[in-house]
Amino acid sequence: MGLEYVKISPGFEKYMPKDYVDLVKYGQFGKQIDVQQIDQIKELVEEHPMCAGCYMAYFVRIFYASLPKPEDTIVLGTAGCARLALSQAAVPFIYGNYGDTNAVASGLKRALSIRFPDKIKDVVVVAGDGGLMDIGFGMTMHSWFRREKFTTIMVDNEVYGNTGGQESGMSPKGVQLKMAPKGKKFDKINAVELAKTAGCVYVAKLAPTNPKRIAKTIKRAILAARELGPTFIHVYTSCNIEYSIPTERVLADAKEREKNDFGFYEWMTDEAKEYLEEQEKKMAEAKT
Amino acid sequence: MAKIITPGPSGYVPTPAVFEGVQITPPGKALLYGEWVDEETAMREAALAMLTRKNPTIFPGPLVLWGYNASAIEKAQAVLELAKEIPNCRIIPMPDYRPKYPKINPEAEINPNHPNLTILHNRIEACIFVGVHCHYANLSLRMIRAGTNCFTIALCAEMGHEDAMVSIRDVHAEKILELRDMVIKVREELGIKWEPKLPPENPSLPKEHFETLNIADYGDYAYLLHPRKGETVEETE
Repeated sequence: MGLEYVKISPGFEKYMPKDYVDLVKYGQFGKQIDVQQIDQIKELVEEHPMCAGCYMAYFVRIFYASLPKPEDTIVLGTAGCARLALSQAAVPFIYGNYGDTNAVASGLKRALSIRFPDKIKDVVVVAGDGGLMDIGFGMTMHSWFRREKFTTIMVDNEVYGNTGGQESGMSPKGVQLKMAPKGKKFDKINAVELAKTAGCVYVAKLAPTNPKRIAKTIKRAILAARELGPTFIHVYTSCNIEYSIPTERVLADAKEREKNDFGFYEWMTDEAKEYLEEQEKKMAEAKT
Repeated sequence: MAKIITPGPSGYVPTPAVFEGVQITPPGKALLYGEWVDEETAMREAALAMLTRKNPTIFPGPLVLWGYNASAIEKAQAVLELAKEIPNCRIIPMPDYRPKYPKINPEAEINPNHPNLTILHNRIEACIFVGVHCHYANLSLRMIRAGTNCFTIALCAEMGHEDAMVSIRDVHAEKILELRDMVIKVREELGIKWEPKLPPENPSLPKEHFETLNIADYGDYAYLLHPRKGETVEETE
């Protein structure tokens, strides 16, 4: 990928569907956009078949608008809700087998750095709690132990939403679900502490209530992963179906969880802090 | 000549052409109905199909539509040259392979995950695949053979496709222009009169250029947008 891949061949401009013409003209390729400009650009993802009121769909939309270099990014996902929207975006998407996203991402990142040594290629894994902390736990942890340079974003809906509501390792203790009628007996996995211990250089946890903050966190995670090592973001994206949250209460629920157990948390190594400060200074200078 | 691979509909999951003994050709040869023939014979049959079957359409893929290098741009120009010579030809693009749900606009694009929607909607009976990556061309061509009566022609830059009725390999700009010449030749033989012209634009594109539109362009209706001096608009629809 690169900007040359998003230029229409001369003569074919009038044969392309409107969506693609708009994407080239008004999309975010080659531009640094503010996430608050989302209504003024042609978004990378628009249609998706996710449930009405799904908060994960909202997060995916903000995620794509936050990519620092969408034309040089590859997104990986796995079985779960998020891939339904992720795969429909105008960014290359790879669908891993359940649980192997971080292993695939490791190979991909290494291959890209050999194939394109002079270019920056961002690899981002966006998978659910089941894909990363249950079934893909081993591969997730080992990619961090190996200090692979890509970003992992866990969209945590605290349940296996696609398959009827089984409890996951990330479901809160005591919660009753359709396929866990007696209530979950164990604590929620502390993914953030695991990531810190396993070697991530940048770790964050958030409930997506503030788009600007989400964008800043995603940008930081991707920038740090380019140079320093693995980065991890744990995001609360409720499942309004399995947790029976009325559509109009979805945002209020996220705010409530933010107050309780999903308050914004950001941690980074000293090296990452120094690097990000330098990068953000450069970006601010470029803007002015 | 034995015809192994013919236009469908050949059933929900047809036997892959490979299982029926069709093999991709060595350089210089082409596939016609699953049999090895020389390129000229295959091109003649392709031209005949595009000139005589209903609603001939070219499906350019990402390797043609996106001008990522000089060779892609050259190939794109050759495809337009070919389209000009086919009477009432249409171009329906396949800009990428991402799944698109809940639906696509079948008049504006073709998606490799459900190509039959575009073909059935537009009643296309002859089509050319060009610039589509092989793994998605294979998928689409087999789906088309399964569910439609469309005659498929694969202009492949690599080794060709067994599931197409005509498959020509190592196709770059030069060979597309050879096919164009064959189209002109067969057209003249058939006595079809046609002035070369480009196919119609994509119907999803807006008819007006909003960026350069001037109030004067609205003619007699301009006053609806711009009140006259002293006029006060009190009610709007």
